[in-house]
Amino acid sequence: MNTEILGVVAQIVLLVALSFPLGRYIAKVYRGEKVCTDFLRPVERFIFRFSGIRPEEEMDWKQFLKALLTVNLFWFVWGFVLLLAQGYLPLNPDGNAGQSVHQAFNTCISFMVNCNEQHYSGETHVTYFTLLFVVMLFQFVTAATGMAALAGVMKALSHKTTQTIGNFWRYLVLSVTRILLPLSLALGFLLIVQGTPMGFDGKMEITTLEGGIQQVSQGPAAAVVPIKQLGTNGGGYYGTNASHPLENPTYLTNMAECWAILIIPMAMALAFGYHTRHKKLGYSIYGVMLTAFLIGAAVNVAGETGGNPRIDELGIAQDNGAMEGKEVRLGAAATGFWSVVTTVTSNGSVNGMHDSMMPMSGFVEMLNMQINTWFGGVGVGWLNYFTFLIITVFISGLMVGRTPEFLGHKVEAREMKIASIVALLHPLLILGGTALAAWLYIHAPQFVTSEGGWLNNGGFHGLSEMFYEFTSVAANNGSGFEGLGDNTWFWNISCGIVLIFGRFLPIIGQVAIAGLLAKKRFIPESSGTLRPDTVTFAVMTFAVIFIIAALAFFPAHALSTIAEHFSC
Amino acid sequence: MKNLIKSLRLTLAFCIVLSGLYIGILWLFGQVFSPGDGNAETVTLNGKVVGAANVGQQFTRDIYFWSRPSAADYRADASAGSNMGPTNPTHLNTVEARIDTLLARHPYLRRADIPAEMVTASASGLDPHITPRCAAIQIKRVADARGISEEAVRKIVEEQTEQPLWGLFGTAKVNVLKLNVTLDQSTRHE
Repeated sequence: MNTEILGVVAQIVLLVALSFPLGRYIAKVYRGEKVCTDFLRPVERFIFRFSGIRPEEEMDWKQFLKALLTVNLFWFVWGFVLLLAQGYLPLNPDGNAGQSVHQAFNTCISFMVNCNEQHYSGETHVTYFTLLFVVMLFQFVTAATGMAALAGVMKALSHKTTQTIGNFWRYLVLSVTRILLPLSLALGFLLIVQGTPMGFDGKMEITTLEGGIQQVSQGPAAAVVPIKQLGTNGGGYYGTNASHPLENPTYLTNMAECWAILIIPMAMALAFGYHTRHKKLGYSIYGVMLTAFLIGAAVNVAGETGGNPRIDELGIAQDNGAMEGKEVRLGAAATGFWSVVTTVTSNGSVNGMHDSMMPMSGFVEMLNMQINTWFGGVGVGWLNYFTFLIITVFISGLMVGRTPEFLGHKVEAREMKIASIVALLHPLLILGGTALAAWLYIHAPQFVTSEGGWLNNGGFHGLSEMFYEFTSVAANNGSGFEGLGDNTWFWNISCGIVLIFGRFLPIIGQVAIAGLLAKKRFIPESSGTLRPDTVTFAVMTFAVIFIIAALAFFPAHALSTIAEHFSC
Repeated sequence: MKNLIKSLRLTLAFCIVLSGLYIGILWLFGQVFSPGDGNAETVTLNGKVVGAANVGQQFTRDIYFWSRPSAADYRADASAGSNMGPTNPTHLNTVEARIDTLLARHPYLRRADIPAEMVTASASGLDPHITPRCAAIQIKRVADARGISEEAVRKIVEEQTEQPLWGLFGTAKVNVLKLNVTLDQSTRHE
């Protein structure tokens, strides 16, 4: 087997092997049991005391959501103001200016919703100050927001009947101090040793071997990169994200960074099983997600190592795969694999340019984000799966003629309505947005020209660029077909709005469902209970997800990625 | 309102912990263990810094090995890929033009000898590496331009070739800048 494929296999093995202990650890942290990181308790005590939070206070699901939404609103104002004012703030050795209003609007929302879609470039549009106190801060706390929401849902589902689902603030803080911070430090150490910069000097001016001048951007990259991977954030330190040789200097850092994207979402799927004492259900959900993930990975690794048929036609040697938009030290296989890892989760960091990948790879990437639940973003990915579980319970219940129930709680019209709205919102945002953009492109050419023309590629691929953009923001992913000229009024504003809906409506709905279910009278399991931890039920869930989440997008794919594939 | 005040205080607390504890620890670690003391690692020739080890450079002269095409012209403060789609005619024409240039400067090559990565742009526009095969097709040109034997150049290329991680994972590659610096150093000694 060649060494590129072996590298991918090694990454998969490392992910699966380490997700089990981490899942157990996460469950213990949220349950408040004894763990090996208890020496960090003074840090938490400091945070709680400083902020006036009483972590033992229990909240019902409405109070929980209120706290979650308030703190996010506050972060929006905080980020917006700092990004506008960054030109006047300290820690700006490169003299970068403040962002324009629509750019700051988009950047701030994008980081607040854990998307990290970047319509700006890391080298020129942020300062070290905003990098630390907006970008990096948000990468920690917004990831923790998603994890806290899941922690609340797990608490709700682990009780027979309960009014309260835990304390939002406590989950938020613990997610940072016990999970994100230690893992980020470990990854940061590795990156520093391997050559990622970690300082506060400005650009380094170098006279090259041939006498040219090169300005090398540096700064505290090794602090930002770990958390943007681990928190499924994805916002690169440099413009070209993890393909940049300072952000991702070696094959070893590539393995570690790619591992870091998926490990927490994988562990979360298992943590649910351990936390709620429904281990088998945890494993079955994990199994469905892993299977879907591996299918996608196989398609993209094969496609990218296989190369571009159009390049073959030019009569040159393409033994190393499709290398346009890829780096030699990483190779086609590792880049194909990363493209799947980053799209099944809501990470969105890239180590190669998705715009230049094969059409079928683009198809898999988009489909992953359109389904948005094969592991998914930290916390929220599992919550999306939870939505589909509820729908599946309901449909299967109707099919066999029993009252639908999930873990001993009746699923009724109200929960079902919320789940349906959440499930249908995603295709509506993506297809509606793409339709609007495509309509403007055809019917308002002057407007599009005044915005710089948007597209970098014509034909089917041009449609893919717009389709990908809305898919990515609705899924809070943040990767892009970066040829799209998206730092404009239209894209900054429309994407900003889609980002907010795509993030908060699902979280509100999912926490509400869990809160509503938890309040109901517990029905003990009997022979008539439809068990959610069987293989049949897992297959059924997969089918429901595929029908609801995937099929809606096929007509649009037929005109973009699939059409390009057949014209390739 | 109570939540809003808590939000402000919590955000400040996080700022203290993250910038103090997290950044502080990493910064200190970087001062001790980073190959470039916290900055980008550099490569020197005769005591003069000639580049960052991990950042690719443009080479056009015959005495040097060339890097891959770059959509950013090797500007290390504005990394960029081409973002050209696989079927984009502009992209295919660009590649064709690069093949022609390469053939003109290496008259001894056939089309089928040219590895695709030598005529396609990297993701960052700053790829510091080429594959061993990209180096192999340039050996004769470099040797001729320097007036030394191909064998001598090939030996240096082989020394500079980095094998996959632990011989098991990833790709084999050559750092173009380090290769050219080594060439300059050894040629001067001869």
